[in-house]
Amino acid sequence: MTAQYGSRIWRYSKGLMLRNLPLMITCRQFDEFILDYIEGTLPKGQRRIFDLHLVVCRECRDYLAAYREAMTLGKRAFEDRDATLPDDVPEDLISAVLDARRSPPASEEPEA
Amino acid sequence: MHNRQISSDSAAEEEEEELLAGLRAGSDLHADRFVRANIGWMRAVALRLLKDDGLADDCVQEALIKALRNIGKFEGRSKLKTWLHRITVNEALMKLRSRKRLEEDLTDPLLPDFDENACRIEAPWPKRISAEEVLSNAQQRSLVLSKIGELPDNYRIILMLRDIEELDTAEVAEILGIAEGNVKVRLHRARAALKKLLEPLLRGNVL
Repeated sequence: MTAQYGSRIWRYSKGLMLRNLPLMITCRQFDEFILDYIEGTLPKGQRRIFDLHLVVCRECRDYLAAYREAMTLGKRAFEDRDATLPDDVPEDLISAVLDARRSPPASEEPEA
Repeated sequence: MHNRQISSDSAAEEEEEELLAGLRAGSDLHADRFVRANIGWMRAVALRLLKDDGLADDCVQEALIKALRNIGKFEGRSKLKTWLHRITVNEALMKLRSRKRLEEDLTDPLLPDFDENACRIEAPWPKRISAEEVLSNAQQRSLVLSKIGELPDNYRIILMLRDIEELDTAEVAEILGIAEGNVKVRLHRARAALKKLLEPLLRGNVL
């Protein structure tokens, strides 16, 4: 008899396998590698282990795909907003800056 | 085409040099040009970080005044816009810090879910809507922006600095005064939180 996919016993067996088989990592360990994996800074050996986990774990495969899509969605949403940003900047704000620049300089210095 | 690119780059550099010389000489005309050329994108940056029109305007005003007063100290090791971007981000973060501390909450419900076996809990994705498809609908686009606005500040700020303002890990670490490793950990948590908030849109469910 096999455990039903996603059942308690199935998850227990999966955890046991990921913790104990060679070259396997748990989903929690996988999660710690995601940023380096995406940025391409994972060493080759670790990358192989990461890729292997993706082959055996449907949950992490789905999660990573959605994580990437959410990143793209966040970035694109702001790109679009910048494209439609109104050009009209309040004149009083511009005047306030230009007037204030004539007053005595502040002690703080930004780094160049 | 390559030559045209080089000549347009050098024209831009010459223009920046001329602008800098005018600003250093205290020219009102150059200051006006400088402010008008930069105030728009600086407001966008400040607004993204501060989520408040009034605070963003204060931030931009202070950043521009600081830049104009200190223009003599700009050594040209980076582009003028990069320098100005950094000043704007710093001013915005100072405003945020004075509003409240950027603290982490490790019991955050926006973090990924695991069971007691260290296995991920992730419902199946029978379909996934692409970012392009989500953004093709104006209503959904504004929903995405408001969802990002719902992120706690400790996540939102780091996500903005790395993914939207495109600063690198070392720059973010320096600005926030934290270790690079810490930036990475927080960025991952921020992206994970973003994924959770945007999930209904990506699954095609009505929010």
